[in-house]
Amino acid sequence: MESGFLHQLVQQLINGISLGSIYALIALGYTMIYGILKLINFAHGDIYMLGAYIGFVCTSILKLSFLPALIISMIGAALAGMIIERVAYRPMRNAPRIAILITAIGVSFFLENVMILFASPQPRTFPAVFTATVYHVGAWVVNSQQIVILVSALVLMVALTYIVNQTRAGKAMRAVSFDADAARLMGIDIDSTISMTFALGSALAAAGGVLVGIYYNSIDPLMGMVPGIKAFVAAVLGGIGIIPGAMLGGIILGVVEALVSGFISSTFRDAAAFAILIIILLFKPQGLMGKNIREKV
Amino acid sequence: MNKVRMFDLKALIASAVVFAILQGLMAAEIIGPFWELNLVLICINIILASSLNMINGFTGQFSIGHAGFLAVGAYMGAVMTVKLGFSFPLAIIAGTIAAGILGFLIGLPTLRLDGDYLAIATLGLGEIIRICILNIEYVGGASGLMGIPRMTNFVITFWLMIAVLFFIKNFKNSAHGRACLAIRENEIAADTMGIDTTKYKVMAFTLGASFAGTAGVLFSHYFFIAHPASFTFMRSFDILTMVVLGGLGSLTGSITGAILLTFISAALADFPEWRMIIYSLAMIILMLYRPQGLFGNKELSEKVFSSLKGGKNNG
Repeated sequence: MESGFLHQLVQQLINGISLGSIYALIALGYTMIYGILKLINFAHGDIYMLGAYIGFVCTSILKLSFLPALIISMIGAALAGMIIERVAYRPMRNAPRIAILITAIGVSFFLENVMILFASPQPRTFPAVFTATVYHVGAWVVNSQQIVILVSALVLMVALTYIVNQTRAGKAMRAVSFDADAARLMGIDIDSTISMTFALGSALAAAGGVLVGIYYNSIDPLMGMVPGIKAFVAAVLGGIGIIPGAMLGGIILGVVEALVSGFISSTFRDAAAFAILIIILLFKPQGLMGKNIREKV
Repeated sequence: MNKVRMFDLKALIASAVVFAILQGLMAAEIIGPFWELNLVLICINIILASSLNMINGFTGQFSIGHAGFLAVGAYMGAVMTVKLGFSFPLAIIAGTIAAGILGFLIGLPTLRLDGDYLAIATLGLGEIIRICILNIEYVGGASGLMGIPRMTNFVITFWLMIAVLFFIKNFKNSAHGRACLAIRENEIAADTMGIDTTKYKVMAFTLGASFAGTAGVLFSHYFFIAHPASFTFMRSFDILTMVVLGGLGSLTGSITGAILLTFISAALADFPEWRMIIYSLAMIILMLYRPQGLFGNKELSEKVFSSLKGGKNNG
């Protein structure tokens, strides 16, 4: 009994970490965009859906293998992200924040319904790009998809950390998110930096979409709604605007969801995510890795 | 008679006229069953939008979980009539009170948060309410609570809406309402002036939630069913859109926003695949050109009416 419990716990941890790394990928985009624009980009979940569909077209119609499909879908989503920012968000730079939020909701509805129109609301079966090999590590089961997800997510996160911390563009992004006006005075091109942030964030979300397609074998036009909100929860959990925080938040969220669906009931899985969110907000609203900033009068 | 009473009387007469016209059109069958349904829906949406406006517009708090309270009202009302056999008016009262109590319990801890944090917390709580309902077998679980008698009709909905609107208008002009407006303008300054900010924030939140409950009872008793899928965060976004589109803090704005969006959505019902695309484009374009909402935080006042020489309900 005791060993059975422990066995299941570790198994759920394995499942949770692979699910969590997908949340983390989406959460990174959320946190970067929030950090730079203070905008909850509700359309981000739909970029993730878009990425999954581009990946689907690449693998099933163009018969590409995993890596080219992933790269094409990331580029496609990055372009979509930049276009959305240019058309819908940039004209509203000085508008009240709630108005931009409504625009974001509008963009999200738009992407979902255009996809429903062109790709039908029915779920599509994502082709198996890998032969699903099941490995037995001791008594536990790990499949090849989980390993691919984890490795891809890790590589992308390392790449992102490098871009943000080591390159000029990354430095500009950090500067704009710290103080946009001061950054402008220092000669940083705010518009192109924000555009770059959307491109990076959207590319990561698209990668998440392709990985989810591989993991669950099924994609549909509304697949982005709930994971989108949950990824935002993950971003808040880790401390919004903080890149390592989004990674941590994503993994924690994935693990907790896996544990709840493994030990309590899968119907309470979504409620668990929001319950953590509320507990975090009540006791440490700045997030796990956030710093406490007091408002001055 | 003072100015306010005069205004109230005029507004009441105007709404009675609008009501009589609409009833006449329905009796003459110029307004068919489809538009009658949408008129009821418009009234329900006006209640929802104006109650959310109390929280988001007057008090400046950022709640996007209104569908949760709508769900509580819908289910509470349905349980009262279907399971316990109480009468419809009692169900309305029970649904209102239940949503209000929940709003109070949720508002007390969460309203310490501000801005986006409050937004995401209310969104989460709205979803938690829905998921909890989804898991209660007594109210039908995932398949929803069926067999609710249709007790809501246009007459009840219209006059309840008028009552709620008058309540909210009077609240806004009362001392409590002005305290809420002060919190919206600057919470720290309001606190310094001796306003108990927590009390007023919770008050606005509770009242807003309870009216959403009223709308919920009307909703479930019109559509025969209370289904968890009708109360997702998409529904909250719908209500929020109505409020922001009309103008945060403007009651007439909420009314216009609710009428406009429900109307667009109904008028496009014949083109189901294009409907949501046009709806979302309308949302984006309106926000791009009018980010403060149609009316800003101003009211459509009597002055505007007399200059337009037009008649419209509830000034």
